[in-house]
Amino acid sequence: MTTRSPVIDLRQITKRFGNFTAVHSIDLSIGEGEFFTIVGPSGSGKTTVLRMLAGLESPTGGDILLRGQRINDVPANRRPTCMVFQSLALFPHRTVGQNIEFPLKIRDVAPEERRKRALQLMAQLRLPESYYGKNVTKCSGGERQRVALARALAYNPDILFFDEPLSAIDYKLRKTLEKELKDIHRETGKTFIYITHSLEEAMVMSDRIGVMRQGRLVQVGTPNEIYTAPNSKFVSEFIGDVNIVPVRLVNGNTLQSDELGAQFVAPPMPSGFAAGHLVVRPESLRIIERREDAENALRGKLYNEYALGSRIQYQVRVGEQVFIVERLRQQALGKQRDSDVLIGWNTADSILVGD
Amino acid sequence: MAEISAHETVSGQLPAAKPAAWRLGPGRANAVPIILFLLIGFAAPLLAVIGYSFMPPRTFGLWQTPTLENYVSVFTGTSYISFLWSLGLGAATVLLLAVICYPVAYGLARVFGRWSTLLTLLFTIPLFVSENVRIYGWILFFIKNGVLLGTFKAWFGVEPESWLFTQGIIVLGMVYVYLPFMLFPMTLGVSMVPKETRDAAFDLGATRWQVFKEVDLPLSMPGIVIGFLLSFVLAVGAIAEAKVLGGQKVIPITHDIEIAFTYSQNWPLGSALAVLLMLVVGALVLLVLRRFDLDTILGRR
Repeated sequence: MTTRSPVIDLRQITKRFGNFTAVHSIDLSIGEGEFFTIVGPSGSGKTTVLRMLAGLESPTGGDILLRGQRINDVPANRRPTCMVFQSLALFPHRTVGQNIEFPLKIRDVAPEERRKRALQLMAQLRLPESYYGKNVTKCSGGERQRVALARALAYNPDILFFDEPLSAIDYKLRKTLEKELKDIHRETGKTFIYITHSLEEAMVMSDRIGVMRQGRLVQVGTPNEIYTAPNSKFVSEFIGDVNIVPVRLVNGNTLQSDELGAQFVAPPMPSGFAAGHLVVRPESLRIIERREDAENALRGKLYNEYALGSRIQYQVRVGEQVFIVERLRQQALGKQRDSDVLIGWNTADSILVGD
Repeated sequence: MAEISAHETVSGQLPAAKPAAWRLGPGRANAVPIILFLLIGFAAPLLAVIGYSFMPPRTFGLWQTPTLENYVSVFTGTSYISFLWSLGLGAATVLLLAVICYPVAYGLARVFGRWSTLLTLLFTIPLFVSENVRIYGWILFFIKNGVLLGTFKAWFGVEPESWLFTQGIIVLGMVYVYLPFMLFPMTLGVSMVPKETRDAAFDLGATRWQVFKEVDLPLSMPGIVIGFLLSFVLAVGAIAEAKVLGGQKVIPITHDIEIAFTYSQNWPLGSALAVLLMLVVGALVLLVLRRFDLDTILGRR
């Protein structure tokens, strides 16, 4: 990713609303043609960052550079960027065609030319040609997504912003649209900057992900880096099911868990590490026969199991702590509830993080 | 059927379930009082007025041979001039109100924030005072040696001509009196335009003016249209402004109707005028609502 020349540079971008600081001094560089996703819980400041990039909000401090040019004071309508809004913000009093043609009409493109371009985009986004004269309010949720994207593409921006456009869509359609969006990204070669509160969604589509928390960018990396090497408990938890054990370093590379009364082998740790959290993903946690089968082991009771389709999740209780173990469906355990089980993991599959 | 009813009367018993055609369902049965009330209070007077308009002039019976004489005399006499004045003053009032109210409505809906409530209240308070009293207030303000001219004379020693008893002051009075009826629907209309939709238009390259023209105006149109209709219907039916502020320099149609019914005791002529006014205003309302289908504007259909 670093080989790409940067298209957008954020230099210590800060945004304050009265006494409230929504965005704390963010530094970020996004490459030409990259699919970059900002992830964070609601209120983490991600939408504010996007609105500043789009020019709908101006930063209180810091600079926004577009290919090296400072664009802080360039209004949204003169930036080569375009946003797909959370509400989609389609024009309800216009047809599908008129919606898509809006940016062209604004630029005084001739009607025949506009129509041609709109139909082209509709074909690209798999909207039937007959929808050209249809009122947008009569389109389904998925169709409206496509109209909104087509309208943004008609503007022909260098950078496209997405403010959680898929959040109100049901699961199955969302999965389809995520893939379509990634295909469109490939076809157009434009820079996509996407916002979501779902790291899962971010993982599917993005080249790189930035995780935001309380107005700060806490980690930036590829989906793989974020998944396998989260730099904090917050990031590790954000991806969904995860096993976290509070631990402290007792000597050399031995970790002590006071709650579990157990000791583990420490994976590579941040320098100066004294206490923190040991993270093991459910698919790295195994159910084993003998203690020797894994480098770290715990004895617990099988409490519940959940079928996830191709996989099965087991909930194992060790004292008060709940562990989640994931297995392929073909390797189902076939054990009774409350039976004793041994869970274990290899040190290389665990991660040590701070808060 | 008749036999069965006779039998019922004798036995004094109602059958368990008789789908009698004359019996009303609970919904309709409950609507009967309000239907009667509307028939007596609303439809009957209206029908009487329409009936009177076809009676010979200066008569008071409703059962004479119908004639079109009253309608003819409207156009041969001077009443049509009153008609034109009423429509003209109404149109001028509505146009002025639109220009004045849109910025205020925009401010109330978007800019003033929590001050909007207070401002709305200030716009509402005058409605608690009788219209006539408020209009007489304007007389005191504009009259010779009154608030405006008296002060002017005291400070500068010159005394300009009073604006009272001109067409302009009539329009001013109507603008003042009917302002809330334009302002509030308009404010509602402006506040119905979603912020993200305006942002989207701006983001797609539109200038502020284009955002206004392409998004704000069409999407707030329901409120604007309702404001136009409300204030126009009221302004065309206005009488006090022309009488008091205009000093009868201009005779609006409502004044003609009043004279016909009172001073000249010509009910049929007054009725014909009233019917014509209703037709003109009604046709206009229908026309506007047809042109601006509110549901279509809102994208609900």
